[in-house]
Amino acid sequence: MAIKPLTQPSSASSAAISLSKIAVSNTHGEDSPYFAGWKAYDENPYDESSNPSGVIQMGLAENQVSFDLLEKYLEKNSSDPTSSGRVSSFRENALFQDYHGLLSFRKAMASFMEQIRGGRAKFDPERIVITAGATAANELLTFILADPGDALLVPTPYYPGFDRDLRWRTGVHIVPIHCDSSNAFEITPSALDSAYSDAESRGLRVRGVLITNPSNPLGATVKRAVLEHVLDFGALKNIHLVSDEIYSGSAFSDREFVSIAEVLEARGGRGSERCHIVYSLSKDLGLPGFRVGTIYSYNDAVVTTARRMSSFTLISSQTQQLLATMLSDEEFTAGYIETNRERLRRRYRMIVDELGRAGIECLKGNAGLFCWMNLSPFLKDETVEEELALWECILREVKLNISPGVSCHCAEPGWFRVCFANMSEQTLQVALARIHDFVERRRGNQ
Amino acid sequence: MTISKKAACNSHGQDSSYFLGWEEYEKNPFHESTNPNGIIQMGLAENQLSFDLLESWLAANPDAASFKRDGQSIFRELALFQDYHGLPIFKNALAQFMAEIRGNKVRFDPNNLVLTAGATSANETLIFCLADPGDAFLLPTPYYPGFDRDLKWRTGVEIVPIQCTSRNGFRITSPAVEEAYKLAQKRNLKVKGVLITNPSNPLGITLSRKELNLLLNFVEKKGIHLISDEIYSGTVFDSAEFVSIMELLPNRNNPQLMNRVHVVYSLSKDLGLPGFRVGSIYSNDRLVVAGATKMSSFGLISSQTQYLLSAILSDQVFAKKYVVENRMRLRNRHTVLVSGLRRVGISCLESNAGLFCWVDMRHLLSSDSLEAEMELWKKVVYDVGLNISPGSSCHCAEHGWFRVCFANMTEDTLDLAIRRIKSFVDSISPIKHCRNSRSKSISKWVSRLSFHDRECDR
Repeated sequence: MAIKPLTQPSSASSAAISLSKIAVSNTHGEDSPYFAGWKAYDENPYDESSNPSGVIQMGLAENQVSFDLLEKYLEKNSSDPTSSGRVSSFRENALFQDYHGLLSFRKAMASFMEQIRGGRAKFDPERIVITAGATAANELLTFILADPGDALLVPTPYYPGFDRDLRWRTGVHIVPIHCDSSNAFEITPSALDSAYSDAESRGLRVRGVLITNPSNPLGATVKRAVLEHVLDFGALKNIHLVSDEIYSGSAFSDREFVSIAEVLEARGGRGSERCHIVYSLSKDLGLPGFRVGTIYSYNDAVVTTARRMSSFTLISSQTQQLLATMLSDEEFTAGYIETNRERLRRRYRMIVDELGRAGIECLKGNAGLFCWMNLSPFLKDETVEEELALWECILREVKLNISPGVSCHCAEPGWFRVCFANMSEQTLQVALARIHDFVERRRGNQ
Repeated sequence: MTISKKAACNSHGQDSSYFLGWEEYEKNPFHESTNPNGIIQMGLAENQLSFDLLESWLAANPDAASFKRDGQSIFRELALFQDYHGLPIFKNALAQFMAEIRGNKVRFDPNNLVLTAGATSANETLIFCLADPGDAFLLPTPYYPGFDRDLKWRTGVEIVPIQCTSRNGFRITSPAVEEAYKLAQKRNLKVKGVLITNPSNPLGITLSRKELNLLLNFVEKKGIHLISDEIYSGTVFDSAEFVSIMELLPNRNNPQLMNRVHVVYSLSKDLGLPGFRVGSIYSNDRLVVAGATKMSSFGLISSQTQYLLSAILSDQVFAKKYVVENRMRLRNRHTVLVSGLRRVGISCLESNAGLFCWVDMRHLLSSDSLEAEMELWKKVVYDVGLNISPGSSCHCAEHGWFRVCFANMTEDTLDLAIRRIKSFVDSISPIKHCRNSRSKSISKWVSRLSFHDRECDR
């Protein structure tokens, strides 16, 4: 009897061809509570007039507080692509698919990034690689810095989207650097060491550390000393450091944000070939729809490779052109940055003070579009189950979609991320009133 | 501290002659007035023939590019719109446009459309969805050099060629497909599907019903996928000649097969908007649509651009007019190049689509070898001053074929390019020049060529 070689089924009637492992896996993470809350909001969205008892979306880190500034700018400066002048013609722009990205756009981004850092760091436009959003930038960097099966160390709590962005198609693992409330969730040397050993014991090769500074979901900037330590750790282990600085322009005060770029410059660039910065206009400028992300790398090989890979995720030249013009207007950008910071700080104070009056504490924050709220006193037990039960209760009864700490891989149950910049002040007041009432009811029941 | 294997390898294909030719052009680019002796770019499949139509539409409809709808600003709405399901008005308009290009013989459901940042992203995303690292896709040769990067680089998937030759006009045959499949098996590669480009790049021909049916038979039998990259569908000179794979599916009456055929499209070629990064995947398989939609997070189309294009494409009167006029201009350009080459004894594969011709320069090779092809290519780039794409960069099984683009320049530049070719042909083989030529000094150096020196005027 002949031995049949292993081949594919000879007819289509036998097992239908499956999709790829990546396609059928759930590493895209859309089954987590983070997304379930969005669905509840979609089905019953709050509207001041037409649906005042609907769900208020406080799980979306969008910046809607400074649109008027952008709109005013656009009105003043025609963005008509058919007009001739210092911007390229429609034809030239439509043809421009060079993966280096428009030079004028890169120059404008470099200057904007410098302004955000108060001029304390310089950015070379030739080191800027364009990507369609920070989502793409983070994934791309992971493809470049790590092989399938390797690991990146990421401090918890972290942005839920990282589970998809860093792991899904890349096959790379995230090993958490556990942080907790005992020291305001700061990264400690021992936590970093533990994470590294953890990875080693799992047989995973660590290729880098990825931090978000300012942090999402903490809403706080990373201290200089911590940055120094992480840099030293990277040098010791000879691994990369990715600093996602997407919220850099959302720090309430310019002086409180220290970028890895500044620390590197202070060190004379020593070890910089290990460092890469991710940025985007989705948060600071409130333009997530335009898909504008960048990778800034001090490593030439990474810049070259990232550029080639960016072919899969270029920014529309139409959008590059618009932003090149807007961001090179330094008077406009300086005014925008300052006003935006001020408005975010005001919103933050509003929510934190009101929550304080209701007896709810938040982590001391100084950046971002959200606050990190501590509801652990309201948990029957400090468990994930109780946290999720409370989350569900807040979603269904209080009709607020907030993000439970477990979706951010927080090691301590009871913390929630609450966004405050994606709605009007009136809506925020309504939300705060609802929380106030909820807390009163809870106290009444206890 | 090292970078990943993917980063370090050269599957990005950037070292191929396809890209090196571009680099040479960049160093010395032709310009009618400032650099008339520079290299003419004929390696870039861009469509620059119909911009005036778009520009006049834009001038008449300024709202679309100014974030306005009926005079009202929708800037905020667009700035915040990052839903990976895409702007509904854009998907509707795109689905309609795709149907229009196919003479409305096919209907596309916008819910089955996934938007991606260009066809580059669409093709890679589809492969990520349909194949695992180490699997393979069969592709007819010659094929677009970019596929080596798009389909293989980050996915870890292999390409196994379906060899096509000039013996039958580079048509896909059953034996060739079977042979490719066997080759894959010998290499222990699991074949997950076939990917075709229709109309073909670099051949510039529409696939015949016979070819499409044999491919459908094959994928049906093997239970694998078929991806049809129809990025050039709007460049078919005579619309009646284009048969989309989607047209043939209903007749098959096989819903499982229907779910395994996927179409890729983009506005980079038909509308000449490669900078805007507008691509799409069309699939009847809800799982593929769902997976690809989630993956599109890594390459969404700017909402600003989605809005602008939805306005243009929703103007169906304009869209129809554009498609017809664009086709005609491409057809005329094609004729200029083909007849110009014919007059100097160079023939092209008979073609009916695309932004390029597949040119037969086998008779100009010093030997039937890759070295001879590269030697000829270098001569053409450096001595003749034309960046054309050698067949080897497209994995052609035969030596001596070149892809020459004709739609990314003015007609004057194309005429000049043809004159340079004539000069070159004359110089290497004086007896081969056209019967009607006026006598003139034969010079290898085209820089001495007078602008009015035209042989064989029509």
